[in-house]
Amino acid sequence: MSALAVAALPAPLIELDGIRKSYNVGLPNEAEVLHGLSFSLGRGEFAALIGPSGSGKSTLLNIVGLLERMTAGSYRIEGDEVNGLDDAALTLRRRSTLGFVFQFHHLLPAFSALENVTLPALMREGRITPAQHERARAVLAAVGLGDAMGKRPGELSGGMQQRVAIARALVLEPPLVLADEPTGNLDTASSDEVFALMRRMHAELNTSFLLVTHDPRLAARCDRVLELVDGRIVQDGASAVPAA
Amino acid sequence: MLGFESRVATRFLREGRMQTVLIIVGVAAGVAVVAYISALITGLQRNTIEKTLGAQAHLTLSPRDEVVLAARAAASAGTSELVQTQPRAQRPRSIGNWQLLVPLLEAMPQVAAVSPMVSAAGLAVRGEASKAIALVGVDLDRYDRIVSLRSKVVDGTARLGPGEGIIGRDLADDLGVRVGDRVGIVTGGVSDSLRVTALVDLGVRELNRRTVIVPLRTAQSLVGLPGGATGLDLSLVDIWSAQTLADDLAARWPYKAESWQQANAQLVAALNAQSVSTALIRGVVLIVVVLGIASVLVVSVVQKQREIGILRAMGATQGQVLRIFLLQGAIVGALGSALGVLLAVALIWAFTHFVRGSDGLPLFNITLAPALALRVAAIATVCGVLAAVAPARRAARLDPAQAIRL
Repeated sequence: MSALAVAALPAPLIELDGIRKSYNVGLPNEAEVLHGLSFSLGRGEFAALIGPSGSGKSTLLNIVGLLERMTAGSYRIEGDEVNGLDDAALTLRRRSTLGFVFQFHHLLPAFSALENVTLPALMREGRITPAQHERARAVLAAVGLGDAMGKRPGELSGGMQQRVAIARALVLEPPLVLADEPTGNLDTASSDEVFALMRRMHAELNTSFLLVTHDPRLAARCDRVLELVDGRIVQDGASAVPAA
Repeated sequence: MLGFESRVATRFLREGRMQTVLIIVGVAAGVAVVAYISALITGLQRNTIEKTLGAQAHLTLSPRDEVVLAARAAASAGTSELVQTQPRAQRPRSIGNWQLLVPLLEAMPQVAAVSPMVSAAGLAVRGEASKAIALVGVDLDRYDRIVSLRSKVVDGTARLGPGEGIIGRDLADDLGVRVGDRVGIVTGGVSDSLRVTALVDLGVRELNRRTVIVPLRTAQSLVGLPGGATGLDLSLVDIWSAQTLADDLAARWPYKAESWQQANAQLVAALNAQSVSTALIRGVVLIVVVLGIASVLVVSVVQKQREIGILRAMGATQGQVLRIFLLQGAIVGALGSALGVLLAVALIWAFTHFVRGSDGLPLFNITLAPALALRVAAIATVCGVLAAVAPARRAARLDPAQAIRL
C-alpha cells in the first residue's frame, strides 16, 4: 500500500491497544480480567461483542465508555489518547463522543420520556433551545414514541422504555453508541423491534454501535462480531454466528 | 445558569415527596423556634430596658464623692505613718460650672438631651401624714426629653411653675392628695409647700411612692444650693454606648459618670445571661436542622445512586452532581425558612393576642423585625447548603460504573 493510500484512510473512531484491567491491584486477591486486548472500531461500524458470562464484556464496555479506567494499555478516541485524562476531561469526552443504552433502560423515573431525551442537551448547555426541543421530539417520533412523549418511564412498557433510552443516546448524534445487553430484558418481539430500530438509526445517522449481547440471533445480524473469552478477543470478523 | 442542576434537584425533591415535605416541615419548625425565641427575647429585653430606663437617664454626671485623705506625718528616715480614716457623709454638692458643661455635652453626637437636676432626700407632709421622698428639681422641658415625663402623667397636667410640683401616684395615695392639693416639703432644716399639678406613673412602684418633682429653682432653695445642680442627666442616641461614653467622660473631666448599665448591673447581667441562653438554644436548633437536612440527603444519595450513575454516564460532571445536591439543601433550607418565618409570625400573633397580663393588656409587644426574619432565613438556607456538602461530595464521587450496576 502506498504512503498516499495510507494517508487517505480515515482514522478509526476508537483504537484500543494492549488493554489490561485488573481489580484489587496490589492485594493478594488481585485479578486480571482483560489480558492485553486490542481492537479498533471505524466510523459507521455496527459491531457485536459476545462472550460467556464473566469473560469481561461489561468491563471492556465500561472502559470503552470511559466509565472505568484501564490498568495498562492505550485507548485513543478519534486519534486522541484518553488514558491518563482526569475525571473532568473523561466526562467531557464521554459527553461529546458517546451515547449509552443499558439493559435496564436506566431512564430517570422522575422525568417524562421527552425530558429524558432532552436531558443531554440540558446537561451540556444548561438550557434547551427550541431547536433542541424539536430535535428531541423528532427522535422520539422516529423511534415510534410520538404519542408517549409526556409519559413517565413507569407508564411505558419495557420495549418502549428501551426505545426512549435509544432516543436519548442518539439525540445529540454521538459518533459511537455503546449498548450493554439492550434487549436482554425484553421478550423476543420487543427485542427484534429494538434491534431493528438501532439498525435503522445506524443507517440513518451513520452512528457506530458496539453492542454487548448474549443473543446469537442479534449477533448474527451485526456487521462485525468480537468474541471475548477469558479476557481475550478470540474472534474478530464478519458475523459467523448462525442466526437462530 | 444551573438550569440542568436546578431541574434535576427539584425533580429529585418532588420524587421523594413525603421525605421532602417532612424535612421542609422540620426546617420550618426549627426556623420558627429560632425566629420566635429571638423575637420574644428581643421584645422582652426591649420592654425591660424601656421600663427600666423609662424613669432614669442613660447616663448621669455628678460630683465625685468627697474622700477624707489620710493625714501623713512627715516620714522620718525608714519609717512612715498611716492614719486611719473614716468615710465622710456625702452632702449635696453642685457640679462646678455645670452651665458651661451643658452645651459641651449637647454638642456631642452621641448625646440626645441633657437635663440639669438637683436631687435630695426629704419628707412630704400633709396633715398628720409624712412620707420619705426623693426630691428631684428639674427644668420640665429638658427633663421631659430624658424620661418622657409628660407621657407618664395619669392625672392633671404636667406643669412646673413656681410653687408647683408633680408627684408619684402611689405617694399621692399614701398622703391622700389629689391634683390641685398642697403638700409640704421638708429637706434638712428648710421647708416649703407646693401645689400638685399632676400625678405620674413612673412604671416602678417604689418610684411612684417616693418621687416628688419640683422646679429646679425650688429644689436649689430647698437643698441650699442656689444656682447649683447635683447632677446632669443625659439621654443618648444609642443606649448601648452609655458605658463607653461614661468611661470617656470620667477620664476627661473631674466628675463621676455613671451609665445605666452600672446603675442596673444585676439587670444587665440577667439580660446577658438571657442572651447567652438564647444563643445556645438557637445554636442547638440550627445543629438539629443541619443534621435533619443532612440525614435526608444522605438517604437520598443512597436511593438515587443509579440515577447519579446514569447522569454521570451521560456526561454529567462531578461538579454538576455536587451542585444538584447542594441545590437540594438550599431549596429545602429556603422553603423551610419561608414556612418557618410564617409560622413564627403566627406564633407571635398568638402570643400577642392570647397571653395577657392581669390588666387584660398584652404582657409586652413583640414583633418579628423583617431584618431578623431575613437573617434567620438566610442562616437556615446557608445551613441547608452546608448540610448538603457531605452528601453532595459523596454523590459526586460515586463510581458511575458501579452505580449503574446497582
